[in-house]
Amino acid sequence: MKEQPPFETFDHTADVGIIARGADLAEAFANAAKAMFSLMVDLDRVEPREERRIEAEADDREGLLVAWLAELVYLSEVDNLVFGRFEIDEISDTRIVARAFGEPLDLDRHNPKLMIKAVTRHMLQVAPSDGGFQVRAILDI
Amino acid sequence: MAKGWLSSLEKVDEYRWLLPTSYKPGMRVPGLIYADERLLKTMAGDEAVEQVANVAFLPGIVGYSMAMPDIHWGYGFPIGGVAAMRLNGGVVSPGGVGFDINCGARLIRTNLTEAEVRPVLDRLADQLFRDVPSGLGAHGPLRVSNKELDDIMVRGAAWMLDRGYGLPDDLEATESHGCLAGADPATVSQRARERGREQLGTLGAGNHFLEVEVVEAVYDEEAARAFGLEIGQVVVSFHCGSRGFGHQVCQDYLAVMEKAARQFEIVLPDRQLACAPIDSKPGKDYLAAMAAAANFAWANRQAIAHWTRGAFAGVLGRSVEELGMTQVYDVAHNIAKVEEHRVDGQSMRLCVHRKGATRAFPPGHAEVPPRYRKVGQPVLVPGDMGRYSYVCAGTERAMAETWGSTCHGAGRLQSRGAAKRSLQGVDIVGRLEARGIVVRVRNRSLIAEEASEAYKDVADVVEVLDRAGISRKVARMRPLAVIKG
Repeated sequence: MKEQPPFETFDHTADVGIIARGADLAEAFANAAKAMFSLMVDLDRVEPREERRIEAEADDREGLLVAWLAELVYLSEVDNLVFGRFEIDEISDTRIVARAFGEPLDLDRHNPKLMIKAVTRHMLQVAPSDGGFQVRAILDI
Repeated sequence: MAKGWLSSLEKVDEYRWLLPTSYKPGMRVPGLIYADERLLKTMAGDEAVEQVANVAFLPGIVGYSMAMPDIHWGYGFPIGGVAAMRLNGGVVSPGGVGFDINCGARLIRTNLTEAEVRPVLDRLADQLFRDVPSGLGAHGPLRVSNKELDDIMVRGAAWMLDRGYGLPDDLEATESHGCLAGADPATVSQRARERGREQLGTLGAGNHFLEVEVVEAVYDEEAARAFGLEIGQVVVSFHCGSRGFGHQVCQDYLAVMEKAARQFEIVLPDRQLACAPIDSKPGKDYLAAMAAAANFAWANRQAIAHWTRGAFAGVLGRSVEELGMTQVYDVAHNIAKVEEHRVDGQSMRLCVHRKGATRAFPPGHAEVPPRYRKVGQPVLVPGDMGRYSYVCAGTERAMAETWGSTCHGAGRLQSRGAAKRSLQGVDIVGRLEARGIVVRVRNRSLIAEEASEAYKDVADVVEVLDRAGISRKVARMRPLAVIKG
């Protein structure tokens, strides 16, 4: 079987979808965050100069994916930061504790792309896949 | 991915298609789609009609789950969707309003002609681009305290007017006078405040824009005269909403509504349709927070209108009054409002969700400004940046059939990715410039996603409104300058 990429984006008429994979839930969630920020900026140009700690909770895994990504959207917007690396310190079906590494958005250096408004619950999915997990979300642009 | 809807649709007439409740078990009412055969075909590629069926599941929905001719695949509701719920036993759904609460459009007239503006168009575009912040990471120049933000949530556009941002007549020429009642700052999270505060007075990115346009056609002389529009006249139009403030309010309440939907045992075909009874605590809280976000959006557009006028006055060297820069109208197209409508001959208060749909009240309605009351409420229908935009007017038929609603724009045809792929190597900005359209865009690489090819032809959409009788065509404008994030 062809090796699947850690994350990819897919088309939606009005917005953009992300699919991410990982050997476990933590890796899949970290890759989902990368997928989201890859839509905003060139990920490989983001230096890990600042760190933010994130805690999010929800009633189930799918809700947790939304809560996690929404928390990153919020932090990115209010602190004007973009993130490129994510360390998940703790994860269950209903709670995530993690650190995000990035730096202030630099319009000249980061090649800014889409502005993410929010994380929708449309077509939301967290599912076991190939011994790991695959997650899917649609972002409002 | 169900595509069975095409064969399930029943043709009512050339412009109306019924999606029967038998299409999907759980639909409480049929769907009703406003489109001609050609537009219907453009919907074949996405999930919009499936979403019309999903909205019909919502408790308390009255009449039909409706779709305007600009309908396209959204999240939860289709974009271009209209649904009204009974106050007693009905639900309110944040997904039926969208993340960009009170995203809307505003149109300002001038007494300038294209010939007067053409020589200074580049300078004018530069000035507008400088004065109206846009794009990723943009911050507004206004600094407001927590208390001031509370006031903005409650008072909307009037707050800006008190500070000299605008002309006294602006409020009358704004839907709901730029202020939705019932806003309660206590229902708005700290996060929404933080996101909103920095972005007050910004345009945003994506499909948001500011355009200098010229009126190139008039279809209804009487209405055009009432709206103060004539052929050859330069006008300014812009499209934006409540920025991070509204996005966060919606994000916060979707989580609340998911719990509520479980608690009230509401069956949902899509999690994004999470909702709660209108008269429940989560329902009331959401409506109070949504009103706060709607008012933030009206304050936002009021500030942008002020800077737009300032840019014109500065570049043209004449005062705003001399330039005749009064407001034609300001409409919301992502909103839920409690309104009085007639249901089976009886007057009834309903919660009307307009997700990518515009209010279109008829002549004589008390909420239409007195100076437009003979012709109906102005409806602003932006097209794409390469072609044209329309002004329409509300009708009795809209009031009777669509809860006084109509379309909100052209509607997307292609996804962002598809547009970018199909336009690879095409110099979109150059192509617009070759046609005399001045473009100022912060992010040139994204311009293909907003090119004409990505959208339906708004002329086709407006034609359906006009022929179906749910709006009247009044005037068409073509762009002279386009400002984008």
